[in-house]
Amino acid sequence: MAQLTFREAIARGIAQEMRRDESVVFLGEDVGAAGGVFKGTVGLFEEFGPVRVRDTPISEQAILGAAMGAAMTGLRPVAEIMFADFFAVCWDIVANEIAKSRYMTNGQLTFPLVIRSGNGGGLRFGAQHSQSVENWAMMIPGLKVVVPSNAADVVGLMAASIRDDDPVIFLEAKALYSSKMDVPDGEIVDTLGSAKVLRSGTHATVVALGAMVPKALAAAEELASAGIECTVVDVRSLVPLDMTTILREVSATGRLFTVEENPRLCGWGGELASIVSEEAFYDLDGPIVRITTPHIPLPAADALEDLAIPSVERIVTTIEKSMNS
Amino acid sequence: MTSATTAPELSYLENKVAMYRSQVALRRFEQRAYDLFLENYVKGTSHLSIGQEAIAAGVAAAMRPTDWTFATYRGHAHTLARGVPMTPVFAELMGRANGLMAGKGGSMHLTSVEHGVMGSYAIIGAHLPIACGAAWSAQYRGTDQVAVCFFGDGSVNIGAFHEALNFAAIWKLPVIFFCENNLWMEYTRTSDVTAVANPAADRASAYGLESIIVDGNDADAVFEVTSLAIARARAGEGPSMIEAKTYRHGGHSRADPGKYRPDEELAEWLLKDPIPLYRSRLVEMGVSEDELLLLESDVDAEVEAATNEAKAGEVPGEELLFQDVWADGSGSWRN
Repeated sequence: MAQLTFREAIARGIAQEMRRDESVVFLGEDVGAAGGVFKGTVGLFEEFGPVRVRDTPISEQAILGAAMGAAMTGLRPVAEIMFADFFAVCWDIVANEIAKSRYMTNGQLTFPLVIRSGNGGGLRFGAQHSQSVENWAMMIPGLKVVVPSNAADVVGLMAASIRDDDPVIFLEAKALYSSKMDVPDGEIVDTLGSAKVLRSGTHATVVALGAMVPKALAAAEELASAGIECTVVDVRSLVPLDMTTILREVSATGRLFTVEENPRLCGWGGELASIVSEEAFYDLDGPIVRITTPHIPLPAADALEDLAIPSVERIVTTIEKSMNS
Repeated sequence: MTSATTAPELSYLENKVAMYRSQVALRRFEQRAYDLFLENYVKGTSHLSIGQEAIAAGVAAAMRPTDWTFATYRGHAHTLARGVPMTPVFAELMGRANGLMAGKGGSMHLTSVEHGVMGSYAIIGAHLPIACGAAWSAQYRGTDQVAVCFFGDGSVNIGAFHEALNFAAIWKLPVIFFCENNLWMEYTRTSDVTAVANPAADRASAYGLESIIVDGNDADAVFEVTSLAIARARAGEGPSMIEAKTYRHGGHSRADPGKYRPDEELAEWLLKDPIPLYRSRLVEMGVSEDELLLLESDVDAEVEAATNEAKAGEVPGEELLFQDVWADGSGSWRN
């Protein structure tokens, strides 16, 4: 057992798969000797060399086009899009090409690739380097969307994403890169589409994703001292979506709160609310409440950004108010 | 090393006759496709390349079966030229279950992996970087496969074109970028919206590539220049870009009669129709009129039979709707 940061876990997950499978290659901007701008892939270049770990120009369409073409001809590329905001300059390759080509060709082509990207705010980078884009990816049929919340999950979910035969958008919360935890030694391979219950309570179910998971756990701790016992579910993967676990946990408590970093409109919690309303309506004891970033571009100033992204305090007060009304 | 499928050795003249047959087949297929559209068998849209057949035929003749084609939405000819039978292509245009992709892709996305046709792409420029990826895969795995990526003159002003050219050059990828310059970007003259006279070739030097221009209405010339580029790519000498001058006889898509083009321009290019020119060349080389007539009637019979087989195909069933969203064959996104 070793203590790893979230960013070290990324490199470990990729390295684990590159050691066992020659077809796994890694490309992106500044990913070679530089080890990535977030230092998420330090050591890969040294271990696997410039043929398997390749620096690219600032050409996001070329990076993802190359990953797609390589995936359809026998490789398992892992491509880095430095900031998830940059998906906007290569979204054609993601949404029109990678996501749809298997279906359009009636299954003739397969795209075993991972696109990993630094996602979300909290680093005071302003509106173009802080967005949480999980809802962009979730709405496109043909993409799997994985968002880990801790270092141990990063290793296993990265491995599972690389081994998966479908394209996976792997979103790494930038706010969590420095977070640390004990990660078991040896090979770790997780399962896509499995949510995790991190805390069990009887009064309300809080479902969170990525950087919102530690905040939801901290909020649950505070709420417990106020007499409100919460179950906390880490979604971990938006597609495939583990509704079995979520429905079970919501039905058990009768209440659902979602904690989402994405701006409010069309956030993943809206889809959860819709499914729960249709399939577990009679188990609900109160309204479904979504705690999200408001529908605004993210401001740069720390004081303003902290107001925008759901905080532990906002989660606590929202749940308290709703539970006591 | 992947080795090419061994084909029987053809003589010099037999190769030329085969290239002529390919051009005739592409022409007559598309003429029939147009008729089927008028009869409402072909729905949606379709983009014909009548007048540009020498390119598809010439390039395909220079490729090995293990090489890869990346085509555009104007890709019927490039698909057929790689040896894909007519029936599934007609059936795909008609939305039938016996279509090349069971009706799930349509005219703009023809794909036949077993023939090396790695897709037809309908977002301008998108497939240039994708072809780079296939070429990278060949380079990484140490095969000598090459990727050939066709695009039109309208593609040279989109970002993906420039990203792909630079990327292929710096990684020395075995990819051939093949511009079919038919002078018209949809409904607009390309020279009206492009900073240079030769939209692809004049950009080559910006990526350290040689400027190569070829008569796209001469299948032999296309074959020669492509063979050289492919040989370079196989030898590890990196990418090439070829610009072929050609003309589409019809409009941009099925809804477009192409009336924006001056009559004299069309008339001039009809005189340069690649098929009669190639036919005359074969006659001069000693191929008999009887042999050519037999070949042409054989193509007509193929088109007729394929049309009937395609029409006889079933309408695709509901089970296809959710099939193959994912690699496990399913369409399920939740449990």
